[in-house]
Amino acid sequence: MLDWLLEPLSFQFMVRGLLAAIMVGVICSIVGTFVVLRGMSFYGDALAHAILPGLAVGYIIGGGGSADRAVLFWWALGAAILSALGIGAITHGGRVKEDSAIGIVFVGMFALGIALISSMRSFAVDLAHFLFGNVLGVSNDDLWRVAIFGLLVLLVVFLFYKELVAIAFDETHAVTVRLPVTLFNYLLLILIAVVVVVALQTVGIALVLAMLITPPSTALLLTHRLPIVIGLGAVLGALAGVSGLYLSYYINIASGAAIVLVSVGVFVLVFLLGPRGGVLWRMVRG
Amino acid sequence: MSNVASLSLAHAQHPERIAPALDVRDLSVVYEHTHALDSITLQVQAGTRVALVGPNGAGKSTLLKAIVGLVKPTSGTIYVEGCAHNHRNAVAYVPQRAIVDWNFPVTVRDVVMMGRIGQIGLLRPPRRQDRAQVQASLEQVRMTELAHRQIGQLSGGQQQRVFLARALAQQAQVLLLDEPFTGLDVRSQDELLQIIEEIHAAGVTVLIATHDLYQAADTQHYEQVVLLNRRLIAAGSADAVLTSTHLAEAYGTHLHRIHTPEGEIMLHDRH
Repeated sequence: MLDWLLEPLSFQFMVRGLLAAIMVGVICSIVGTFVVLRGMSFYGDALAHAILPGLAVGYIIGGGGSADRAVLFWWALGAAILSALGIGAITHGGRVKEDSAIGIVFVGMFALGIALISSMRSFAVDLAHFLFGNVLGVSNDDLWRVAIFGLLVLLVVFLFYKELVAIAFDETHAVTVRLPVTLFNYLLLILIAVVVVVALQTVGIALVLAMLITPPSTALLLTHRLPIVIGLGAVLGALAGVSGLYLSYYINIASGAAIVLVSVGVFVLVFLLGPRGGVLWRMVRG
Repeated sequence: MSNVASLSLAHAQHPERIAPALDVRDLSVVYEHTHALDSITLQVQAGTRVALVGPNGAGKSTLLKAIVGLVKPTSGTIYVEGCAHNHRNAVAYVPQRAIVDWNFPVTVRDVVMMGRIGQIGLLRPPRRQDRAQVQASLEQVRMTELAHRQIGQLSGGQQQRVFLARALAQQAQVLLLDEPFTGLDVRSQDELLQIIEEIHAAGVTVLIATHDLYQAADTQHYEQVVLLNRRLIAAGSADAVLTSTHLAEAYGTHLHRIHTPEGEIMLHDRH
């Protein structure tokens, strides 16, 4: 058993991948708790897809070499923040419904990304890399970026925790006590944007959403105390990252998909068996 | 007794104390070309209980929302204790039915603490006085026993009281309640009236939007009645405001007068 656990650790890329998966799992589910509580899943998914043109431009400018990940990262972050603010601005006047605004920015940016990437020679390979990530290709620099931005995100959530919770719970009340609600809403959008970009390396654009919403959703099935939801979500996110990577190592499947499958598997188990309202639990009791 | 004590306290805080608690001047709110409120001018003296009555769509909710800052006036000014810009805790508001996710992972105490968020300030955790005020507010609405409950595990009346406690925790001088009695059984209504009585006794100005004319006419519970139908029909004592002329003006054909052995009863359609 121990050998089974230690064997993959003899590879540097596995150690780096595990570290990245743990950090991303924690960061994603902490910010993801707010995404779930505010019903912003579609927004998170859209934002992840809207990053594609940023990645494409970064890729073209960086020359496609793996050394230029920093360029890629900054362009992705730029595209994410721009999309976040764009969605906010389109929705603000009230002339366009929020989900439509999100959808339009989402498809517009995604199409732009595909158009840009299609001008490159290795179209299919590159697109697949962006869409599905490659946690085993994480470099030391990548790890540092994940760590620094992760800490930054956690610090902001910690500092503004009570405001973020109060606004998530009852925005109307937050307005009446004169909290700068619009400002905090933009702050949350930017936090989600940063987290999505940080998570990109591990699971890619297509599966980032799972990292954001699955662990907190599972935690919400288990407890009604918000600090515990956040803590438990972080643990579940990290565990899914680690076990997904082992799964990917031993049965040779894509790492991002493996992480997400574990995460969703745990959710389904808790949904069926969980003590509060679990389907099987109810059948036993009823 | 407590009334006098709290009033003198209020005097100590505001030595000038000339300004009324609420001074609405020429307030209009226009939604999509229709006047929700049309040139409302209204003054409420500190420490009074006001019943805000009028037919459905008369703009009762809009007036409360404008006072608390949820609706931007198209024109006009609202002064709260003499200040044009309602500072963060001058007015507390309890909506008719809070639109929240009842599965949200917060307890009753957490929700009441949210009323303190303005006083606590950014980047700070709740202090001892915030926790004490939350406890006092919970006691005031008789919810201490259920303070640890998740808010979804309460009855409708209890949820209403949690939001009232949240407003009380804000320690505002003006409290706005939008149809607080709707949907409550008689016992819960009496309890709520009793709680409002105590809030009033502590010197707080209370504005209650209600469709219950019978209750609004009860001078034991309200010192002032404001009759509204987009514009101000009348304001003052119940006797002076709830006259057949005024009521006909406010309710038009929706008001029915029924003659009974005890006198005249007025009924109005709620729709």
